[in-house]
Amino acid sequence: MYRYILKRLLMLLPVLLGVLLIIFILSEITPGDAARQLAGEFASEEDVQAIREELGLNRPFLERFFSYLTGLVTRGDLGVSYQTGQPVIQEIADRFPTTLLLALVSMLFSILIGIPTGIISAIRQYSWIDSTSMVVALVGVSMPNFWQGLLNIIVFSIWLGWLPASGFYGWQYWILPAVTIGTSSAAMITRMTRSSMLEVIHQDYIRTARAKGQKENVIIIKHALKNALIPIVTVVGIQFGGLLGGAVLTETVFAIPGLGKFMVDAIKARNYPVVQGGVLVLAVVFSVVNLLVDILYSYIDPRLKSMYRKTVRIKN
Amino acid sequence: MNDPLLSIRDLTIHYEMEQSVVEAVNGMSFDVFEGEAVGLVGETGAGKTTTALGIMRLIQTPPGHIVQGSIRFMGEDLLQKSETQMRKIRGNQISMIFQDPMTSLNPVMTVGEQISEVIRLHNHLSRKEALRQAVDMLEMVGIPGSRYMEYPHQFSGGMKQRVVIAIALACKPKLLIADEPTTALDVTIQAQVLDMILKLQKELHTATILITHDLGVVAETCDKVGILYAGQIVEFSNLHEIYKNPLHPYTKGLFGSLPDISKKLTRLKPIKGLMPDPTALPNYCSFYDRCDHRTDACKQGEPPFVEATPGHWVRCKCLTGGETA
Repeated sequence: MYRYILKRLLMLLPVLLGVLLIIFILSEITPGDAARQLAGEFASEEDVQAIREELGLNRPFLERFFSYLTGLVTRGDLGVSYQTGQPVIQEIADRFPTTLLLALVSMLFSILIGIPTGIISAIRQYSWIDSTSMVVALVGVSMPNFWQGLLNIIVFSIWLGWLPASGFYGWQYWILPAVTIGTSSAAMITRMTRSSMLEVIHQDYIRTARAKGQKENVIIIKHALKNALIPIVTVVGIQFGGLLGGAVLTETVFAIPGLGKFMVDAIKARNYPVVQGGVLVLAVVFSVVNLLVDILYSYIDPRLKSMYRKTVRIKN
Repeated sequence: MNDPLLSIRDLTIHYEMEQSVVEAVNGMSFDVFEGEAVGLVGETGAGKTTTALGIMRLIQTPPGHIVQGSIRFMGEDLLQKSETQMRKIRGNQISMIFQDPMTSLNPVMTVGEQISEVIRLHNHLSRKEALRQAVDMLEMVGIPGSRYMEYPHQFSGGMKQRVVIAIALACKPKLLIADEPTTALDVTIQAQVLDMILKLQKELHTATILITHDLGVVAETCDKVGILYAGQIVEFSNLHEIYKNPLHPYTKGLFGSLPDISKKLTRLKPIKGLMPDPTALPNYCSFYDRCDHRTDACKQGEPPFVEATPGHWVRCKCLTGGETA
């Protein structure tokens, strides 16, 4: 098992290298000039050239890429923000916890809504509860995040006046953003839970459990849900990446001072070191979450655990 | 004779589909006495499993419905019981062994947990004590008790079926329903598993209903035999009587289609045709179309289930109408 985790962590390196290369290429081919943006509209060509030189933007692409890489590997250096002159790693560290917490709260929200709804839909298949939740789930998946965020603000903040529309000062500020980000995940989790449970509750071992005289609700939770959990956990893991991405847009709508809003502002300002650093951090978090999901599999399904062991044994 | 442990009368179970009604079990009646083994033999679709699930009250509703009849177990009608009362009986006084051991165990629970679950459901025991009894049950079916922490995928098919047997017998039930317990197993393992069921049945004095399509298995294990055809019992008697003196044309046909090593036969005699469509059963003898001995009388209404000789019941007009088969 430990060897498996180690192997997976090593496999992370090429993935991150690829991610980094892609961001570098993207920022290279994006129209717009960081130096001119920084210098301001009325700066002379000499001033712009000076800034360009100062930031090292006049060096060739590959040279910049490798010097960034060297700095990252040897010193953990993500560069310096063009706008503030602060180390990017510091600026990210200030904002990332907010985003991570927001993603976790929305994840919690979507799990708490999605799994119970999915279970009820499965055991009451074709009932009105099932049809209603499936239609609501379809709407939930289809609705864009930012649009739903605006809608939530209009309804709950402006019309009803129940919840604050923007800022980040207390728990009530969390509700609208978390619901906005979590809705589509909740919908996905609902649908996956339903189909996975439907598959499991017709299995023979569920009949065996009934033949033991076990209560129906215990059968659903203890026998069925645990077997249905693998696809559900997979979706939760993938959705977590979506939640981080969703946070980027939603933070802008709700004016939350997190990594997302920070990155959107940085993109507008062509502040490339911040964008690169931000994407890299998100990529690391996403990969680690998916590794955790894979480790979780082996605790849910003992057959997978012995499979992991087997791969290790073959390697020996 | 004392009262039967299980007494089924006129049991009728239908599956109601959108377009049609599948008449799976039609007016089935038979008795099982304490400690005896009754074999129910029939081809696929004769209503064997439906009968078993009906006794357990585990028919999926919808589409399944127990239309009429009674299932008296220890003097009480199971069809009048509430779901809560049935849960106290299932796994405790009546338990069931299913056909496919590969799929009837929960893949994410250890075998020890799965056996102790049923023990804890029906006895007030601590987790530890229940697990200890589960280990004893494993030993009883010939699996080392130390393997209680293992998962079903770590056992072979035959061993899984032993675990299923251990679950079924863990609460020392009065009645065990074994639904084709050996069909999914290798021939060599079949004998082992059958021997085990028999041995434990005698040891625990458990009455057994053995559902199978294998006449050889029945001959080795059962005291009485019921021959099922199109959801009805067409012949019911003790083992010796059925094998030596079969009366119903279908039973005779079944024996005629078995190879016999003591006789020199060049060709077996199969029963011609197929079982009638259960969604469109005739209102006369359901075996009429395939019967070699049919008369015009056979087309006049359903044949009654009559006692031809003491303890030997047959559903055929040839016997009641006076004409010999």
